[in-house]
Amino acid sequence: MHVEEKLTAETFPAAPERATLEGKNKFLGFWLFLGGETVLFASLFATYLALKDKTNGGPSAEELFQMPVVFMATMLLLTSSLTSVYAIYHMKNFDFKKMQLWFGITVLLGAGFLGLEIYEFTEYVHEGHKFTTSAFASSFYTLVGTHGSHVAFGLLWILTLMIRNAKRGLDLYNAPKFYVASLYWHFIDVVWVFIFTVVYLMGMVG
Amino acid sequence: MANQTNSGNERVDLAYRRRKNAEEMRHQMIAFVLMILLTLVAFAAVGYEEFSHWFVVPFILLLAAVQVAFQLYYFMHMSHKGHEFPAMFIYGGVAVMLLLVWAFTTVIWW
Repeated sequence: MHVEEKLTAETFPAAPERATLEGKNKFLGFWLFLGGETVLFASLFATYLALKDKTNGGPSAEELFQMPVVFMATMLLLTSSLTSVYAIYHMKNFDFKKMQLWFGITVLLGAGFLGLEIYEFTEYVHEGHKFTTSAFASSFYTLVGTHGSHVAFGLLWILTLMIRNAKRGLDLYNAPKFYVASLYWHFIDVVWVFIFTVVYLMGMVG
Repeated sequence: MANQTNSGNERVDLAYRRRKNAEEMRHQMIAFVLMILLTLVAFAAVGYEEFSHWFVVPFILLLAAVQVAFQLYYFMHMSHKGHEFPAMFIYGGVAVMLLLVWAFTTVIWW
């Protein structure tokens, strides 16, 4: 199939993200990138686990973490993962408007998550938990902050795709782009599942 | 390189694809509900202070692993055909993760 061919719901392929050679390459290359991202976050998690009790007189995990904020953030991000599933569902059905709508909702939920995280970090700084306070603080901010910057990047990425393709509609040139962006968004949620478990919940258990 | 379900009739093919997509969406919805439940159980297990942390920590780690599997296999479609290399990349990353966590928490002291 030609990349820029004008398609209809009838002629749109079942797996639009891999219908062209470019799409196939993008798909494979992006998963390789996600494997690399796994290693990046693995090293940050390992560092955090090694240093989490070295508080150097500053606040400890148990003193800092508040369950309600973490719970809210988790629900927002988890729901945004589902809304991007809806977006891809509509992409496969060749419904560009609904895909844009659901990606829009995903971006809003993601922005809510980011807002909560910024609020949380400012609270911590007020309580004397700064980047250079202790080894615990440094490894905490590096791990959770790297995740947060991934969320920010993902939001900008999806938003850029939505705006760039607003008038173009859906074709086999941009379907892989949307698909890969949604994979990235799910991966951010995968990392968050481990962050809320390993950092926050295990931190509150003590 | 058209669709795999080529019956020669575009309308029939479209109806078939729509039904397949709707079915997949239903599975993903079930996966989502289960993920929410796993999250609630994890938070509740930590909130309920009677449990010893020797039980809670492995328990919530297990819940996280199950939830991530749902995310990978349903939301990211790793259960579909043609995901052998993606699975290899991710499991390669997971292997490095296990090695790093093991090394940083047991072999190295600070």
